Amino acid sequence: MTLEFLLEPLQYDFMTRALLVSALVGTVCAVLSCFVILKGWSLMGDAVSHAVLPGVVISYLLGLPFVIGAFFFGLVTVSAIGFIQSRSRVKEDTVIGVVFTALFALGLVMISKISSEVHLSHILFGDVLGIGDSELWQTVIAGTIALIVTLLLRKDLLLYVFDPTHARSIGLNTGVLNYVLLTMLALTIVTALQTVGVILVVAMLITPGATAYLLTDKFSKMLWIAVACGILSAVIGTYGSYFLDGATGACIVLVQSLFFLLAFIFAPKHGQLARRRQQMAERADELGEGGPPAAPRPVLTRVRASGKTEASD
Amino acid sequence: MTHKQVIALDVNNVSVAYGGGRLALRQASLQVQGGSVCGLVGMNGSGKSTLFKTVMGFLPPLRGTVQVFGQPVIRAQKAGLIAYVPQSEDVDWNFPVSVREVVMMGRQGKMGWLRRPNAVDETLVEESLERVGMSAFMNRQIGELSGGQRKRAFLARALAQEGRLLLLDEPFGGVDVGTSEAIIALMGELRREGRSMLVSTHDLGTLETFCDEVALIADRTVLLYGPTDEVLTADNLAATFGGRSPLHAQPSAKRVEVRP
Repeated sequence: MTLEFLLEPLQYDFMTRALLVSALVGTVCAVLSCFVILKGWSLMGDAVSHAVLPGVVISYLLGLPFVIGAFFFGLVTVSAIGFIQSRSRVKEDTVIGVVFTALFALGLVMISKISSEVHLSHILFGDVLGIGDSELWQTVIAGTIALIVTLLLRKDLLLYVFDPTHARSIGLNTGVLNYVLLTMLALTIVTALQTVGVILVVAMLITPGATAYLLTDKFSKMLWIAVACGILSAVIGTYGSYFLDGATGACIVLVQSLFFLLAFIFAPKHGQLARRRQQMAERADELGEGGPPAAPRPVLTRVRASGKTEASD
Repeated sequence: MTHKQVIALDVNNVSVAYGGGRLALRQASLQVQGGSVCGLVGMNGSGKSTLFKTVMGFLPPLRGTVQVFGQPVIRAQKAGLIAYVPQSEDVDWNFPVSVREVVMMGRQGKMGWLRRPNAVDETLVEESLERVGMSAFMNRQIGELSGGQRKRAFLARALAQEGRLLLLDEPFGGVDVGTSEAIIALMGELRREGRSMLVSTHDLGTLETFCDEVALIADRTVLLYGPTDEVLTADNLAATFGGRSPLHAQPSAKRVEVRP
């Protein structure tokens, strides 16, 4: 009976499609998220995802696939941010804020004035259950490209994120790597639009990576863990939304946040409980509880000759 | 030594500006001979970092030229000639990479486009780790190392890269005396192998033990460079550090003739 109940959604074509699409989106976003959180680009991800709104509207007006307009505006956002930042004294996060809110507002005005037929809520919050054939293919193609390019270049991208100076010193073109990563970011956002919508895309782009980052110290493992989180939460979220009759994108994001919370508390090394245990152990050690009394610390008898070595240029 | 004839690094009359237009380096000149060690000395903000960034090709010169073994920087980098050892503050120590993976990054430029290490890469990485005494720690995440071990890990990366010009940014920052001595000994070995080094440091006390030449940097330009014993005088250091030499007890009365 329970099994029947659980299998019920799979009778519907729209549910199987939604499950497959959201699993693919979960995978692509998870891979990108590992780079995004290590590079510190969370705000950039949020910015690009909001700023593609005018692109979606224009595509609709011109009868183009929405992927093209959205991707184009993603690149416009990234370039505009880079351009303004390099030519003014304003800090990067401020520039990002100014640019993306401007474009998002432009999108809202366009929707309200020009085309009342575009469903605002579908763009803002996603509508994976109602995904049409054309959107399905656009999502699959954009997602596959982003996934393949990122995975093929993962070693150079990782090196660029970790140590751009070294990357440059061994002859890698760091300028190109920077734009490749930004382009993949834009492409991934476009992929996820149909599933979770403009507002919540950023969660898909940071939460799986952040969860994995708490669980491992190896990048290769981090990728796998993030992908597992991404797929699981996509499937559970989509499934759950059927029974709850709630917004699918939001359900997926909630499951992801739950995974993060679990990792935050229970991660074996970087979790709260592990940290607490370690602190307690150190304290017990210091107070000499349950063991021989700690040896007295050697007293520093002379001050080291050379003074400040820490300061940097 | 045969390496002495080549010029490893030739910075010729270079001026550099950041995006905002502010001049960060003014007509600086500096040469590092092949197989020699050049110390880079100056206060914070004097232009040391800018000079490093310029040699790494991050900042294009407004005027003047930078050549590494007679080639433009980009070509020298493609050939893997320049190895860089960052200062500790510039590294994200929470990054999920192991010591071995960091050292392997030294080989990455020479791998095929899928970046799969071959047997030569593996051997070089192991030898480099061995040489800095870090083999036992190769599977540690880099944040789990002490200050000295961290430096050694990045030195091993430069060794694995087989660079001929090594740029060391504050290699003695935050390390204990034992590690300092080990690093100096290693630099001596590398020098005997014919490698050249440009080393920025605050530690004036040890300069004479490992530098063939010293360059003094102040006020966004190279005041003076030359053989260590000739450059490291009380007067010159006083000019570099704005009044009084940190090395010499006696304050000096007259000031050095500053290069234009």
